[in-house]
Order: sequence, then C-alpha cells, then structure tokens
Amino acid sequence: MALLDIITYPDERLKTGCEPVETFDLALQSFIDHLIETCTQGPGAVGIAAPQVGILQRICIVDATRARRPVDNHGHLVLINPEITSWDGFAVGREGCLSVPDYTGKVIRAEKIELKAQDRFGAPCTFTMTGFEARIAQHEVDHLDGILFLDRLVSRHADLQRRTPA
Amino acid sequence: MQNNWLILTLVGEDRPGIVANVTRVLFAVGAELGEAAMMRLGNQFAIMMMVRSAGSPEDVIGLLESTRMAFDLKLHVDETDATLHQAREPDVLVTVHGADRTGIVAEVTAALVESGFNILDLRSDVGGTMAAPIYIMQIEGEARQGIDAIETAIAALGAKGLSVRITPLDTVRG
Repeated sequence: MALLDIITYPDERLKTGCEPVETFDLALQSFIDHLIETCTQGPGAVGIAAPQVGILQRICIVDATRARRPVDNHGHLVLINPEITSWDGFAVGREGCLSVPDYTGKVIRAEKIELKAQDRFGAPCTFTMTGFEARIAQHEVDHLDGILFLDRLVSRHADLQRRTPA
Repeated sequence: MQNNWLILTLVGEDRPGIVANVTRVLFAVGAELGEAAMMRLGNQFAIMMMVRSAGSPEDVIGLLESTRMAFDLKLHVDETDATLHQAREPDVLVTVHGADRTGIVAEVTAALVESGFNILDLRSDVGGTMAAPIYIMQIEGEARQGIDAIETAIAALGAKGLSVRITPLDTVRG
C-alpha cells in the first residue's frame, strides 16, 4: 500500500471546504485504504482527513483505538460525509496535526457529540462520541470545512480538563 | 558565517510599547526571531527571545541601547547553541495551590524530579490578598517513569498544606 503525501500548512487546500462524496465506487475504496495506511504510518496519528493528502472530499478516519491510554471508542472508523448534529459540554485539550508538524496547542472542543455519517459503502450511521474520540472527530470534521486547530487555539495557559472526575 | 541563535532577556517596568520597540529595532537590521516567551511578572514585563542574524551579543546590545534607555530596561544577551524544531510534548499537567509560604516550588519540584518528571513549562502566580496570599502553580512536563511514580512522589505534599493535582495529557494528532 502506497503512502499518500501529506500536505502541510500553509497550503491553501487545507483552508478549503470539501465536497460531499456522491459515488461509492472502487476508486473510493482504494483511496480509503491508502488514507488508512497513511494515518497508521503518521507518527502518533489518531485520525486523518482527505484534504490533508490534497483530496478535497468529505472523507476522514477517526481511530481512538490508537490513543496512548485506553479511551471509550467505536473502533477504527471511516466516516464519509460526516456531520456533527449536536454538541454538549466543553473541555480544553491538546492537539497536533500531521499537516502542522512540530507544534501542539490547546483547543476547546465539545465533550460529547452526536455525529451522523455514511460508512465507506454509503450506509448511513450515527455515533454518540465522548472525550478523546469526540475531540478527534471534531478535529477531522474541521479539516473537511477548511478549518485547522490553529484557527481554534486558546491560551497556552488554559487549564486542561481532567478526563475523569477527581 | 557565524549565525547562532542568541538568547535575549529584557526586563523592565511593564508599559505599552516595549515589544513593539524592541522588535522594530531588530527587524530593521534584518534579524530573525525564533521562539519567545514574554509575560508580566509582578509589575515588570519580562522577555526571553531567540534572535539571530543581528550580529554578536555586543552588536545587539548596541542596537537596543536607545530602546533600553527609553524604557529603562535590563538587557542581557547570551550566545547559545539553541536550535528550533526541538518541541517536546508534555504528557502530564501538575497543578498546585495552597496558602503562600516559602518552599512550595522547592518541595514540589524535588518530589517531581525524584519521580522522573521533566519540566517543560512552569507558570506560577501569587493571588489572594496581601494579608492572605495564595500560591498557584501549573507545571507541564514529561512523566518519564509514568504517572503512578508521580502520584506516589507527591502524596506527602498534602500534609504540607498543598493541593496537588496530576492530569494526564493526551494529544489528539489528526
């Protein structure tokens, strides 16, 4: 499986909204396989979005199984045309990006989200995601809307929310 | 050509215009700025900044002389072998607070170093009132021997009147 080249900030394609996927053909399946492999090989990556490899379509991978510490998750997800339909609570957390090497920063995200999407074959699916997995999904859906975590940075000194109650 | 990063530190009573003046002078001679941390400490403003392509430390001191005089700043420039793109990612946040007294930083950091913790970023503030000050400190760093080692090391600090909280940091990289 060939790795796809990751484009990096300030490439304009990372600031561009992506088009919905309408055709679930063999070419799409092949692209998804390459995207998964590229994510798997990305250092510490827990997700990737198609625009990060220069493809401006609403396709992303969310994989909280790759978190350093175990977190609630729905496994390894391929999300096509994902849409967040509700947001609840918020937390500050640290994010980095394959397209923004050598920098991490703090970002506020919803603690819990409802997300609807299609799977890689076009079947509709919905998820309720929390914590780390919800953060990955919000980061990836942002990519599909041409938004980077750099656009959402908060103070370096913002406290980070505990993941479990004291 | 020798073009190492210099580290410049500047301290003076906080007032608007310090950063704009210092960086305007450096920009005018084609200097590059690297990473910087600037903040108010007490009523002073402190700058720590990587600078290069502005000549020797003596050259930089000369360039900034009029700004230093105008703002009554203390200026110090060191030649270093600093390099960029060396960022490290903290995996633990340690938050400490308690009634202010001497020894808090020494006690907390002694416990942390004992547990293999490497400090990457430390900020502390004195809040409360003049009569009853409180000390608040946030430390981000690397738990090189794991979180449990830190929990064990800080357990005794509660008896010394300090609240210490350990928060694991997981970075979403996507």
